[in-house]
Amino acid sequence: MGRYLVRRLIQAVFVLIVISAITFFLFWATPANPALLICGRNCNAETVAQVNATYGFDQPLVVQYGHYMQGLVSPGGRTIGSEGNERNCPWPCFGESYQNGIPVWNSIKDAFPSTLWLALGAAVLWLLAGVLLGLIAALRKGRFIDKLSVGLALFGVSFPTIVFGYLLLFLFIVKLKWIPFPDTANAALFTVGPVKWLQFYILPWITLALVFAALYTRITRANMIDTMNEDYIRTARAKGLNERTVVFKHGLRSALTPIVTIFGLDVGGLLGGAVITEQIFSITGLGKFSIDSVLSNDLPAIMGVVLFAAIFVVLANIVVDVLYAVIDPRVRLS
Amino acid sequence: MTESVTSAPPADTRAGKPFLEVKDLQVHFPTDDGLVKAVNGLNFTLERGKTLGIVGESGSGKSVSSLAIMGLHKGSKARVSGEIWLDGAELVGMSVPEMRALRGQQVAMIFQDPLSAMHPFFRVGDQLTEAFLVHNDTPKAVAKKRAIDLLDRVGIPSPDKRFYDYPHQFSGGMRQRAMIAMALMCDPALLIADEPTTALDVTVQAQILDLMKDLQKEFNSAIILITHDLGVVAKMTENVVVMYGGRVVESGSVRDIFYRPEMPYTWGLLGSIPRVNRSGDGRLKSIRGTPPSLINLPKGCPFQPRCDYQDHVEGASCSTELPELLQIGQEQHRVRCHIRSEQRKQLFIEQIKPSL
Repeated sequence: MGRYLVRRLIQAVFVLIVISAITFFLFWATPANPALLICGRNCNAETVAQVNATYGFDQPLVVQYGHYMQGLVSPGGRTIGSEGNERNCPWPCFGESYQNGIPVWNSIKDAFPSTLWLALGAAVLWLLAGVLLGLIAALRKGRFIDKLSVGLALFGVSFPTIVFGYLLLFLFIVKLKWIPFPDTANAALFTVGPVKWLQFYILPWITLALVFAALYTRITRANMIDTMNEDYIRTARAKGLNERTVVFKHGLRSALTPIVTIFGLDVGGLLGGAVITEQIFSITGLGKFSIDSVLSNDLPAIMGVVLFAAIFVVLANIVVDVLYAVIDPRVRLS
Repeated sequence: MTESVTSAPPADTRAGKPFLEVKDLQVHFPTDDGLVKAVNGLNFTLERGKTLGIVGESGSGKSVSSLAIMGLHKGSKARVSGEIWLDGAELVGMSVPEMRALRGQQVAMIFQDPLSAMHPFFRVGDQLTEAFLVHNDTPKAVAKKRAIDLLDRVGIPSPDKRFYDYPHQFSGGMRQRAMIAMALMCDPALLIADEPTTALDVTVQAQILDLMKDLQKEFNSAIILITHDLGVVAKMTENVVVMYGGRVVESGSVRDIFYRPEMPYTWGLLGSIPRVNRSGDGRLKSIRGTPPSLINLPKGCPFQPRCDYQDHVEGASCSTELPELLQIGQEQHRVRCHIRSEQRKQLFIEQIKPSL
């Protein structure tokens, strides 16, 4: 187990290095010219050359990449800025934004809590709704409630998030005024109090959870129907167990195993930012941050947010694999 | 239609009633394609300490009838009618909670494929104790001791350690032994074994069958052995029911079925047993054709489309009229066939016996 984890973590580091290289070189393969962006309106050849020297754009790409990675690998971070104006960028150094000079790591740290709360709240919501609906549908297969859940699930997967989110916003905030217009851009639980915090997040949660809840309903339903036809369920009944034990202890345990895998990966993926939902509700999380970075060709910000999101995806994969082995005794980690 | 295939009734039955009596059992499943008539009027009786073999091809209604005795069709779409009397209680009309109390306690079942019949996520020991704890309000330690005793009894080495293993850590034979131990946890009076040795190789098969015989003597349980393997039937049972298309086509003592069979389908089954000392050209015979559709059963004798002997019957009654299950002579031997009994005996001696 310990050796397995060490090996997986080493693999994860390699994956992250490959991702960083791909992002870096892909950026420079586009016609983007950051020097022009930075020097602004009164640009001439001289100022561009100055910017190139300050940011090191005149050096070979490999050297630039090496310099960038130094900030992530060396415990002391790295130095940035031109001669005479050098400053230390402490570890983990994702560089400074070309746009406003703010260290990217600080922006990520600021944006992450909103993304985290958005993802976790939505995850709880879709897991509860999806598993519950799927379970009821499977146990009442072919009846009205089953057809209703399958219909709802179809509606959920096919309804575009962007339309659904704006509909919720329009209906509950603008039209019915049940929820006040969010005046804090980034509601933190401890500064605004639980009521405002909930009011701020409830619609984003529902928006984000809809698609996932629909998918989980379908997966749970299908798995549960399969499981309840297994021979070991018949054995459990033949022992004289009551139906509740048969369904929840013997059935649900097997049916939910694949859900654990998907759930881990989904949450891991969302911790890198939920672009559309954050955009609709003006949540200044990682999703909005990444959109802004991409639209403004801000390489350090793009690198930062890609690597940060990749870390969660890679970690989620490891966690899911370990959890799977814990749940299913037939799975051996090796 | 109240025939019985048991030998003399033992003394421990109440008021002369047999321990298990199945009367005119019917199990039908409504499906999108039509009504599947899986079992159509099954009758047999069984006493404690005895073994009844139910043989027939796949889809002849063997497993469905056993699940009906376990009450496992309750709550599903299956329509079960007829009567099943177990030790004075009628099971078909019994409520679900009452039936649940009997399951595992009075009637237990050994399933065919022990890998898929045990839950892959739970320890073997826990699956055994679970069967005990449902019906007995005892501390877990008592159940655990009983489970280890039984694992030992069915021949699992170092059972106190194996108790903590998962099913996938057991070999196929050991899993089947564990299944048997699980079925025996509550000392059931009736044990239904649904093809208990089909998934096992022959040496393990012999061990498991010996084990079941020993345990039957020890616990004085009645066993229904469902199989398509006539070798297993010959070794294990006192009485045999041959099923075809959801009906009994021949029943009697194991000697009746093996030495004096009268139904052409039974002849076909006997002709398809491989034997070391087979005479003639040594080829195995198979029964031509396929089992009948249970949605669209033949109007007359269910076996008629595949029967090679129907020209021994005058007229077309084989394809128009269902023959009755009639008793032959003084014994419990019953046959469902339009061919006259004397002619059947003659056919068997002249045409069938020499090639067996």
